[in-house]
Amino acid sequence: MSPTVKPPASRAPAGIATWRVEPEAAAVELADVTFGYDARPVLKGITMTIPRGKIVAIMGASGSGKTTILRLIGGQLRPQSGTIRVGGLSVPDLDPEALYHLRRKYGMLFQFGALFTDMSVFENIAFPMREHTELPEELIRDLVLMKLQAVGLRGAAHLMPAELSGGMARRVALARAIALDPMLVMYDEPFAGLDPISLGVVGQLIRRLNDALSITSVVVTHDVYESLKIVDYLYFVSEGRIVASGTPQEVRASSDAFVRQFVDGAPDGPVPFHYPAPSYRDELFADVR
Amino acid sequence: MSADVAGALSYWLRRLGGGVTGAIGQLGYSTRFLLAVLWQTPAAFRRIHLTLREVYFAGVLSLVIILMSGLFVGMVLSLQGYETLKRYGADEQLGILVALALVRELGPVIAGLLFASRAGSAITAEIGLMKTTEQLAAMEMMAVNPIARVVAPRFWGGVISMPLLAALFSAFGIFGGYVVGVRLIGIDAGAYWGQMHAGVDFWPDVTNGIIKSFVFGAAVSLIAVFEGFDAKPTAEGVASATTRTVVISSLAILALDFVMTVFMFRGAR
Amino acid sequence: MNRSTIDLWVGIFVAIGFGAILFLALKVGNLLTLDRSPGYRIEASFENIGGLKLRAAVKAAGVVVGRVERVRLDPKTYDAVVTMRMDSEYQFSKDTIAAINTSGLLGEVYIGLDAGGDPEMLKDGDRITKTQSAVVIEKLISQFLFEKASEGSSKDQGAAQPAPAARAPEGAKAKATEGAKK
Repeated sequence: MSPTVKPPASRAPAGIATWRVEPEAAAVELADVTFGYDARPVLKGITMTIPRGKIVAIMGASGSGKTTILRLIGGQLRPQSGTIRVGGLSVPDLDPEALYHLRRKYGMLFQFGALFTDMSVFENIAFPMREHTELPEELIRDLVLMKLQAVGLRGAAHLMPAELSGGMARRVALARAIALDPMLVMYDEPFAGLDPISLGVVGQLIRRLNDALSITSVVVTHDVYESLKIVDYLYFVSEGRIVASGTPQEVRASSDAFVRQFVDGAPDGPVPFHYPAPSYRDELFADVR
Repeated sequence: MSADVAGALSYWLRRLGGGVTGAIGQLGYSTRFLLAVLWQTPAAFRRIHLTLREVYFAGVLSLVIILMSGLFVGMVLSLQGYETLKRYGADEQLGILVALALVRELGPVIAGLLFASRAGSAITAEIGLMKTTEQLAAMEMMAVNPIARVVAPRFWGGVISMPLLAALFSAFGIFGGYVVGVRLIGIDAGAYWGQMHAGVDFWPDVTNGIIKSFVFGAAVSLIAVFEGFDAKPTAEGVASATTRTVVISSLAILALDFVMTVFMFRGAR
Repeated sequence: MNRSTIDLWVGIFVAIGFGAILFLALKVGNLLTLDRSPGYRIEASFENIGGLKLRAAVKAAGVVVGRVERVRLDPKTYDAVVTMRMDSEYQFSKDTIAAINTSGLLGEVYIGLDAGGDPEMLKDGDRITKTQSAVVIEKLISQFLFEKASEGSSKDQGAAQPAPAARAPEGAKAKATEGAKK
């Protein structure tokens, strides 16, 4: 793969060690995290560990707070309580400068790609390189082409995002996410809305890039089938809590009701089919005296 | 009073109070936003091509509507003005009438309104859409400040474009007035330009017009970027933000115009 | 849309924008025609200046020879004192008459200078002694009515009429000017 690109040492603020990650720490640790956008809590005591170099999936029904967890790790949100540590650093306590340096080690793949629509594919991938490094244009060009080669889209470098199919856009966004060889890559619903071939491609890319670049990956998804094929560990989130976790083998063999409903795709189980409502009989016969 | 009336009254009072505190909160938020945008000004000008790009999209692409409107407004002014002036035998004053009306008022104001509806709404829609498709969040996660990269260049693009557009509006309007007044109606060309030249002073008239257009440009640009940035990340959210930009910008232009006119043109001395 | 095209169009836009501003300043406005030439100041006091405004023209024989620079009220005599900035090219005698005139019915109000025969010329800071104020139409009308009332007989009407009638249009001009120029 491509050589690791480190930003020039001169960019590091002298004497401030708060942003340097500890080499021995697990990549991401959440401990008893609670969070709510307003009064209603979305996450009620989440504890999870994501070891270095592994792919971990966070699964759950829509609206269960999975994307919120990513935002907390990324420092876009602050938890009401609990700790969030990335590489040993407490993310909510970082000042803007330190957060800036931390984010340069992140890659994020947003749902549906979030490519910059006014730039070409090439420019989208070159964007983080141009913003954060002072590499000469020839080198940036080579790096961009290498990233595109890794996701199989080197021939599409000149296209605009509007001209890409969903799967292609997702792959370009993936190439952009790994543009600066991050230490942690977060995937927000990478499989959403893709055709079966693209699903397979994206899944394989996530696995291969994770191993080849020695990065840690967090995948938020509700696609069970693809996840079980590629991840090392899964967490199941429901109503703001972790209800189950395990390796793919453990999950497949699990007898936990929630896991079973999720994996089997059953309409009714711990996650009820009916939205809470008053008694059916009472509603139907409401007008009858 | 009965429980129902008391209940309704307290409900409406609570809504009023909530609305007032909400509005004040919005005011504070938008002020902080303006300060953040201004703070990023050096960044916007360091990457000058970003700002130039916005001058293109806000200014150059508005040229057609501005020039055409200016021409038509000038021609109508000339036509209508002539009818009234002729009644007092002052038709030779047409040049002054057209020029002063345009340079002091109509140029900045109408160009501002057109700018708000064309460029302002486009800016709001663009930023709102970037927010909806998570492009702004992506930038943030890539440790790039979206205000520096997306918002500030658009703000300054608008501020730079507006005075130029207003001046072009006035210039084309005066030319349109010339075409109608001198060529069509038959007023003496010398009188048209001569009276205008004597009656329009650079210091109060032209410069105040320029100051007005700067203020309008800043107001429209700020409202446009703010509404876009603050829009709800849905299709309806962006649509209503775009409408709000046009409505609030137009009202702001007219209100500011009144305030500035009072200060600038406090009666002829 | 590549960068050089954008730069080109932005450059054109800014160029014509500045061109428009220059046009407004020079051709429409009178930026450079404001007197930069050295001049001298003279004063004149009037009972009533009518619609005379700052930067109004000072003309002699219809030629602009100066501009009104300042207008104030004399606290002792309650007359209007007008300061005029004169072009140094033109000299006027000490017995010059300054009158407030209107050019046309709704034209601008200006000061007309009528040179006299005095060999001594006005210098910087001098004051014109002979002045003629603007005509105010109310006074004209009340004067006319007063004269009409005091006559009463038809054989005097023939003599009395032409004078007020001849002066009425001038007063009407002065009053209408005041309203129109604002």
